[in-house]
Amino acid sequence: MASADKTVAYRVAQDQGLRHQRVAFGVMVAVLVLAPFAVYPVFLMKALCFALFACAFNLLIGFGGLLSFGHAMFLGTAGYACAHAAKMWGFQPEFAILFGTGASMLLGIVTGLLAIRRQGIYFAMITLALAQMIFFFYVQTPFTHGEDGIQAVPRGRLFGLIDLSDVMVMYFFVLVVFLAGFLLIYRIIHSPFGQVLKAIRENEPRAISLGYRTDQYKLLAFVLSATLAGLAGATKALVFQLASLTDVHWTMSGEVVLMTLLGGLGTVFGPVVGAFIIITMENYLSGLGQWVTIIQGSIFVACVLAFRRGIIGELGNWLKRPL
Amino acid sequence: MDTIFGIPTQALFGQLLIGLINGSFYALLSLGLAVIFGLLNIINFSHGAQYMMGAFCAWFLLTKLGVGYWWSLAIAPVAVGAFGVAIERTMLKQLYKLDHLYGLLLTFGLALIIQGLFRHEYGSSGLPYQMPSALSGGQNLGFMFLPNYRTWVIVASLFVCFGTWFVIERTKLGSYLRAATENPALVQAFGVNVPRMITLTYGFGVGLAGLAGVMAAPIYQVNPLMGADLIIVVFAVVVIGGMGSIMGSIITGFALGIIEGLTKVFYPEASNTVIFIIMVVVLLIRPAGLFGTQR
Amino acid sequence: MRLKLKLGLAAAVALACGSANAQVSDGMIKIGVLNDMSSLYADLAGPGSVVAARMAVEDFGAAKKGMKVEIVSADHQNKPDVGSSIARQWYDVDKVDVIVDVPNSGVALAINQITRDKGKAFINSGAASADLTGKACSPNTVHWTYDTWMLANGTGNAIVKTGGDSWFFLTADYAFGHALERDTEAVVLKTGGKVLGKVRHPLNTQDFSSFLLQAQASKAKVIGLANAGGDTVNSIKQAAEFGIVKGGQNLAGLLVFLTDVHGLGLEKAQGLIFTETFYWDLNDQTRAFAKRFSAANKGVYPSMVHAGVYAGVLHYLKAVESLKGDDGTKVVAKMKEMPTDDPLFGKGRVRPDGRKIHPAYLVEVKKPAESKGPYDYYKIRATIPADQAFRPLDQGDCPLVAKK
Repeated sequence: MASADKTVAYRVAQDQGLRHQRVAFGVMVAVLVLAPFAVYPVFLMKALCFALFACAFNLLIGFGGLLSFGHAMFLGTAGYACAHAAKMWGFQPEFAILFGTGASMLLGIVTGLLAIRRQGIYFAMITLALAQMIFFFYVQTPFTHGEDGIQAVPRGRLFGLIDLSDVMVMYFFVLVVFLAGFLLIYRIIHSPFGQVLKAIRENEPRAISLGYRTDQYKLLAFVLSATLAGLAGATKALVFQLASLTDVHWTMSGEVVLMTLLGGLGTVFGPVVGAFIIITMENYLSGLGQWVTIIQGSIFVACVLAFRRGIIGELGNWLKRPL
Repeated sequence: MDTIFGIPTQALFGQLLIGLINGSFYALLSLGLAVIFGLLNIINFSHGAQYMMGAFCAWFLLTKLGVGYWWSLAIAPVAVGAFGVAIERTMLKQLYKLDHLYGLLLTFGLALIIQGLFRHEYGSSGLPYQMPSALSGGQNLGFMFLPNYRTWVIVASLFVCFGTWFVIERTKLGSYLRAATENPALVQAFGVNVPRMITLTYGFGVGLAGLAGVMAAPIYQVNPLMGADLIIVVFAVVVIGGMGSIMGSIITGFALGIIEGLTKVFYPEASNTVIFIIMVVVLLIRPAGLFGTQR
Repeated sequence: MRLKLKLGLAAAVALACGSANAQVSDGMIKIGVLNDMSSLYADLAGPGSVVAARMAVEDFGAAKKGMKVEIVSADHQNKPDVGSSIARQWYDVDKVDVIVDVPNSGVALAINQITRDKGKAFINSGAASADLTGKACSPNTVHWTYDTWMLANGTGNAIVKTGGDSWFFLTADYAFGHALERDTEAVVLKTGGKVLGKVRHPLNTQDFSSFLLQAQASKAKVIGLANAGGDTVNSIKQAAEFGIVKGGQNLAGLLVFLTDVHGLGLEKAQGLIFTETFYWDLNDQTRAFAKRFSAANKGVYPSMVHAGVYAGVLHYLKAVESLKGDDGTKVVAKMKEMPTDDPLFGKGRVRPDGRKIHPAYLVEVKKPAESKGPYDYYKIRATIPADQAFRPLDQGDCPLVAKK
């Protein structure tokens, strides 16, 4: 009887937790639908792309426990692939984005196979080195036009019908892409696969002893994270009609770590909040020049020393519900 | 033989010598990183920023206080090392019980702050630093003109590297350090002040970075971002050499400098990536690095 | 009665709209100075360009003429994505009418496109790419100061004619460097010179020793530096260390600014030959400008980019005044119609492809003993007349230029 009570209590807590998350999701959607009427939509689209990027990154570190210091390579690869496809091959936007996302997925498989063999610091260092190699490759290859980037990327007509050059239409398209990615990540986190991933993060030897092929799980998580980061990158290329070296530079990898850390590692909504805060800060404080870098560094230090749960993590802790 | 693989022998030896000079910087910097990681298990991402601080310290000493190069060689590393000690005492100490990745993130954040502050103050065009007159000029070696200063760089870094290796691997102090990282509690029980040793070791590693910065000042532009891209290459060197191995980093540093120099002759476009490619290959075959031991 | 009222109202509205067309949008001319404020171009452009723009507005006498002019500025950090974000926001939200300066060709090309899409105006003073008046030419863009063709032809031609007929290139391995190398090589070969070799270095290289060694071994009379900013300064510094100039080879800086020479010091920069389109010590007018400018810019003298911003803004304001409106496309058309005349570049004009024409000067850096004071750095070796300094109109593949 006691165990039945425990099960019921556990289920209730879970349901309440899920209910909080559903409420939070509803709030987020409402805010994002209404926002473009008050705030500059291009800025919002940028924030949404980075929010998706951060969520994809969080999948790997927050739930998989793997710190990748080279995630920019996925953002940038998809951006270049999508831009090239849209501009040089005349792909329609949905196909260009799919192409870009596919390119990142392939890169994710190759780099994942190389990197997954190691853990912890070594894993981070391998991803950093691989990302640097990819960066220098893109500096050299002609199709990226190096420092100039791929410019004047056409947005085209979605499904051949909807003209994306209108800012509001583009915004809602980006919002749909973001929500799709977000919901996919949510589904992954709350699936059996997600549970095993968390188990591996907590105690890998034990997971192995339970019979799970942990390398395969980690690789899959890595590839999923890379693919969704690619989705963010490809969409961003169409928003700005530009793909540049900034997106593959290692400082971009550092930024996504910052966004996720600030928002809350391992939380559902943390990366979204973190991304919005960092993008807002960069935008509105850009007049202060180097102070933006200094503030970002300070946020890193503060989060690591005192604020490890991040904003949403602290909020969730206070409400005693996972967010 | 006038040419080897189509490259005139003269040019080849010239490039090898240049590679050796670059290798000296890699060795000095990776030595500091290896000391810090090997003995303290901290990834010091701010190493590049501390190298930059050493160069700026030398510049400051010269332009504002009129203190010359030779004194800067002694003062700057101590100053930067003291800064390192302050960081360790106030911030890094709290992270030892956590996952090592937090140390990485903290030092990354510190690097951003330091570089941002210097950029804010000094812009990023770079400031000139006068070469010490005793070391200017050079020797005509026949196949190339070798500036005296670069010879000094090779000699000095060999001296410092082997000196450090000797202290850590062959002296009593070094053995205490190595024991303390394997089993701090036990060593502390023997009456050795472990926390202080750790602090001083971090300070020493950072001081090495500062020293490399002073030595770089006369030849490279003293600018706030001089360490930013260099740090990643140095990480690769340390990983290849074996993250805990002092001798590994020294040898790898010099070797990779030479390999990079050769790449610049045969295929210059790849000179940036060759070190990373080697790192990936090494990590796949010998994950602990060429000279490292699996922990 | 109702019909008359309606007609009356319609007429009033039509009149109002009509006159609004001939007025400046929201009664204000907003100039956006977009450049690198914090990195390798901060000295040659940066905050100095804002000073130059302000001086132009003052000298134009906007206040006396009853025109309201506001200047805003931002840092594009040499990144096309940052630059385009700022430009979009400026045009869409902040009602900026014209963007000026923008060094860095990658960013400039992005701004060029956005300005065209939104029908505003873009007066570029800092970027090098000759494509701005070539393949990418636009009815909304004026390219002032300099470009890669002018640099290559000015410096290359002059050096080969004075005996520098064998070259070795040290090139920054990105689009700007490649373009500069390609254009200069074409000039050298056309005037009977030889190219003995070339080597490409990654952007932002710290150590040029191995590349300089190759240049030395080639025994070319001239080592062409097809790079800019920190790379140029580093190559020159290290060339001095390796005794290249003392050994008899000349360095040809293909893109060097007064501020670079100031940063290097005459000891290291002496003997350097390159082309600029403005030098503060040319005549009394330029000297007067330099004095006022440096007083407002922390003692730093104007580079040719600063001069271009001043002259460009001045001409823009004159065009707006004449047009009585600030519609981007129309103002640029007016700027091409009106001949230019300013104290810094003298008399000149803006061609149909957007290229501003003015004379160029081949300069050589003085030895330390020859310089009488700070910023007294150049000897003028030759003047290239305006009609020869820039690429001929029909060679640029600009779609705006009617084919004969």
